[in-house]
Amino acid sequence: MQLGTVRGRVVATVKADGLEGVRFLIVQPLDRDRRPVGEPVVAADAVHMAGPGELVYFVSSREAAEAMPIRFVPVDHAIVGIVDEVHMPGEP
Amino acid sequence: MKVGRVAGTVVSTINTGFFDGRRLLLCDLLGSDGDPAGYTIAVDVVDAGVGDTVLILDEGNSARQIFELATGEIRAVVVGIVDEMVMDDADWDVV
Repeated sequence: MQLGTVRGRVVATVKADGLEGVRFLIVQPLDRDRRPVGEPVVAADAVHMAGPGELVYFVSSREAAEAMPIRFVPVDHAIVGIVDEVHMPGEP
Repeated sequence: MKVGRVAGTVVSTINTGFFDGRRLLLCDLLGSDGDPAGYTIAVDVVDAGVGDTVLILDEGNSARQIFELATGEIRAVVVGIVDEMVMDDADWDVV
C-alpha cells in the first residue's frame, strides 16, 4: 500500500457494470516523506469518506477490486483508509 | 518476498474495516546496495518494531491465506524479522 493525497474527483455517468455509485477520486501518490512522486491516479473511494487534501493509503491492482462491495469490478486503485498519523520515531 | 526496514507505524481510524485492529507498518524497501529503494505500507503479523529489518510478502493470495480469508484488500504483510542476511558480493551487512 502507498500513501497519497486526494487532489480532486472524477465524475462519469457512463460506466462499466459494477461501478454504479462508486466515487472516483484523483490521488497523488506520495513517497515516505509525503512528497509527491509520479503521476496522479484515479482511485475508487472504498472508505466513502475521503475528502479533498486528505492523507490516505491506497491499494493497487487486484487488491483494489477486493476492496469494493462487488468483488469483480474494473477498479485498479482503491483508497482503503484515511491516515490519522504516520509515527516515525527518530525522524523529524 | 522483499527485504525492508520498519520506518514507522501508520494510524488509521477510518478504513474499509479490514484494517481495524491490525498493525500497519511503513517499511522502507532495501535495494541491492542496502539503501532504501521505495517503501510500502504492510500489515504486521510478527510484532516487528521500528528499525527492524523484515521480510515483506507482496502477493495478495498468500496474504489472504495468512489471515485465512477468501477475500480481502490485502497484499503486503510483514511475515518475518531478519536476523542475518549475507550477500556474497556485497560490502554491507543488513543487521
